[in-house]
Amino acid sequence: MKTLTPSVNAPARVTRRRFIEGAVIGSAMVGVGFKPSELLASTAQTVKPMAHPNILTGTEFHLEIGRAVVNFTGTPQIATTVNGMLPSPTLVWREGDTVTLHVTNTLDEDSSIHWHGIILPFEMDGVPGLTFDGIQPGETFTYTFTVQQHGTYWYHSHSGFQEQTGLYGAIVIVPKEADPYDTQRDYVIQLSDWTDEDPNEVFANLKKMPDYYNFKQRTLGDFFSEVQEKGFKQAFNDRKMWNEMSMMDRDLSDVTGHTYTFLMNGSNPATHWRGLFKKGERVRLRFINSSAMTFFDVRIPGLKMTVIASDGNLVQSVEVDEFRIGVAETYDVLVEPEDEPAYCVFAQALDRSGFAVGSLTTDAKLTAEVPEMDPLPILTHTDMAMGGHHSGHDMSGMEHTQHTMPESSGEMDHSMHQNMDHSRHAMPQSNTEPLHQMEADMDHSKHAMHQEMNHEQPQSHSKHAMEAFFDANQVVADWPVEQAEIQWGPQTNMRAENAQYRLSDPGVGLRNNGRKVLTYADLRNLHSTRHDPQPDREIILNLTGNMERYLWSIDGVPYSKADPLHFKYGERIRITFVNHTMMNHPMHLHGLWSDLETGDMNHLPRKHTVIVQPGARISYRVTVDAKGVWAYHCHMLFHMAGMFRKVIVA
Amino acid sequence: MKTQILSVSKRAGLSILTAMSTLTLCVPSVQAGMMDDPVISKFTMDKLEVSDQEDNPVIWETDFWIMKGLQRLVIKSEGESVNGESESHNLLLYGQGIAPYWDLQLGLGYDTHEEDSHNWGVIGLSGMAPYFFETDAYALVDGDGTLGLRLSTEYEALITQRLILSPEAELKAYSGEIPELKIGSGLSSLGIGLRLRYEFTRKFAPYVGIEWHQTFGDTADYHEEDQETSLVAGLRFWF
Repeated sequence: MKTLTPSVNAPARVTRRRFIEGAVIGSAMVGVGFKPSELLASTAQTVKPMAHPNILTGTEFHLEIGRAVVNFTGTPQIATTVNGMLPSPTLVWREGDTVTLHVTNTLDEDSSIHWHGIILPFEMDGVPGLTFDGIQPGETFTYTFTVQQHGTYWYHSHSGFQEQTGLYGAIVIVPKEADPYDTQRDYVIQLSDWTDEDPNEVFANLKKMPDYYNFKQRTLGDFFSEVQEKGFKQAFNDRKMWNEMSMMDRDLSDVTGHTYTFLMNGSNPATHWRGLFKKGERVRLRFINSSAMTFFDVRIPGLKMTVIASDGNLVQSVEVDEFRIGVAETYDVLVEPEDEPAYCVFAQALDRSGFAVGSLTTDAKLTAEVPEMDPLPILTHTDMAMGGHHSGHDMSGMEHTQHTMPESSGEMDHSMHQNMDHSRHAMPQSNTEPLHQMEADMDHSKHAMHQEMNHEQPQSHSKHAMEAFFDANQVVADWPVEQAEIQWGPQTNMRAENAQYRLSDPGVGLRNNGRKVLTYADLRNLHSTRHDPQPDREIILNLTGNMERYLWSIDGVPYSKADPLHFKYGERIRITFVNHTMMNHPMHLHGLWSDLETGDMNHLPRKHTVIVQPGARISYRVTVDAKGVWAYHCHMLFHMAGMFRKVIVA
Repeated sequence: MKTQILSVSKRAGLSILTAMSTLTLCVPSVQAGMMDDPVISKFTMDKLEVSDQEDNPVIWETDFWIMKGLQRLVIKSEGESVNGESESHNLLLYGQGIAPYWDLQLGLGYDTHEEDSHNWGVIGLSGMAPYFFETDAYALVDGDGTLGLRLSTEYEALITQRLILSPEAELKAYSGEIPELKIGSGLSSLGIGLRLRYEFTRKFAPYVGIEWHQTFGDTADYHEEDQETSLVAGLRFWF
């Protein structure tokens, strides 16, 4: 494998450096794929010969947390690993099995492993200080729990910044019943961000200078070209809001490719991960974003991707050209490579400061051409929840602060909404309309916005439209809504005055790019959720922060000063997030599913990590069916210190 | 230049620098702060430059802070040294965030002029004004009830991502005469500077610049020239 030539298409930035290939112990650069069901085909105790040394199967696992030398940039560095691998070994489990994992910490500091998205007793969740004491140096902690789900998940350290230094691996759970998508080939594609800097140093740099890693800031030249283009007054006025608020429209990612090397299954762009396929095969790709701080926009030029699962849970299949994957999310997609000998799996960082890349190829020596990155995205007034214009979406003047209407259908009979003025409603996009929390006097006159966001709705859902409509209509505002008083102050530097549901907005940098981009509005549970209970109550949580001080909080209160959230065992809670910052926040609730309201109330997709877009709001429902103490936090590693809550379920 | 710094570091105004940088190095760096905001400290040598004025004065402007959350302890020093004679303004402040971009600061000021010194009580605001103007505004009062006002603001315009043009202005005014500092009553001085730096890294940038300085009224009477224009070259760094 070490004789492979690096891709000639690798970017100049990395080819100038010298890479020591194969320095990552045990990390296979070329994948042949695997069939999880075959690995566990016989009895649970019989482990079939493995396609890879980095795939572990069975019911009992021995994992050793330690250090290993890696080299992603030309300079050898020490990574935190499991069994000497980066990424950590992929664990293949079977739904219904009881798995036992002996995790030994050989580091000189505390460690832990959290099983991300796995439903288990809270003592097994692996969050030091909350659910257990962590694993002390030299100690072994044995996790054991029964696997109650199937799909694609992952695991990572929940101690310090060990996740940034390499401690993450994939979990593939084979369903008890036959897998509806038992494909010929199956690959985990784990994306991550690597830095040669000590993550403590990265965090300190952000605290001392929040734009430390942003090398795509506005220059005088940018301003002068705008003056030439539109005149001084217009150019100045366009900058006015940003200048007055002391904010930057090019503030997309806190940590960028300036320090990060983006990895795909532990391969940097020069070593270029490769996955083999034969023409005509259907290939399942299990994308996992194990980054500390990076959102990726993923596409495979020349191939349609059929999204079949999100965060491990099956969704109604939807064909896309591209999707954005937030930190800690997973997406399973099917592809059917046919015509070309090689296809590029291209995952560009949201801020276009770099990319992770690999190839699906018929020949391990062959890599696909790597496309150019898209232009630098520029934040708009929409991302600031300030209304105004962007990319032809006129969102100005909208007033629907409380309602849940990401999109709805022009085909529907709006006369059923007796108290609302829908007279100028033009919402041709979807077929269901969640209406709880709607105020009678709402002005819906300008809801034409979503129709411009190019996405098609699968026709097959239309038959549910009326049922969903009735469901939704029955639950209008009939649960109590709780919201803590937001502590505005020096710890917050932005307030989303006009936060909208933007489920069909693919997000900055992906709007109107000519490709069919997945949005949350496309996600529908494969199974009906129409019999799920209605919420007993709603909690509104405001995501707050001050980028300039690099402080993050919820409701203006950092974790260190916050009271725990109390959920009642057995209740169904609706959570609404409002993002008062310019950053995406992937919010992860441990131990309990987040049933995301994406537009079809009968098919709420089930997620463990939900992106709250800048200046946007989003709602999901949680059935509180697991007692104990759970972590609830933003999965951006350097936001966690403040944007974190302890949840107590009793 | 190094020897010059060493020679003046014995002076009251500069000895504080050594203390500040040592403090930064002694403060433990961020420690695995997943659950709480960490204690962070920063030492900035905003200016360390030589001027083309007679005998090439060395000018410095520096600050140190140690911070947790919205609270910070700040030490600032600025001054000039020529031929072993120095003058400096030094502040020891406690700062508390009171608005998204502003800290209220309270503390003590210690000015030196050659062998003389002067103590102040200080209150001020430090932060970022709209349109990204880094701004400090300090009111001072001494034991005799003399008031002082010092305002400064600085802007950074990016020519490229690393080549940065930085205009700044500083104004000082006093309610009475302070002979030992050679300060007269009223508007005392206005300085305007323009510096062009190149950030080899975020933390290290050499620069060149031009500084125009005007003294007014009674203060001007203490000086041979009431107006000076100097070319400067120096280093900016932080850690």
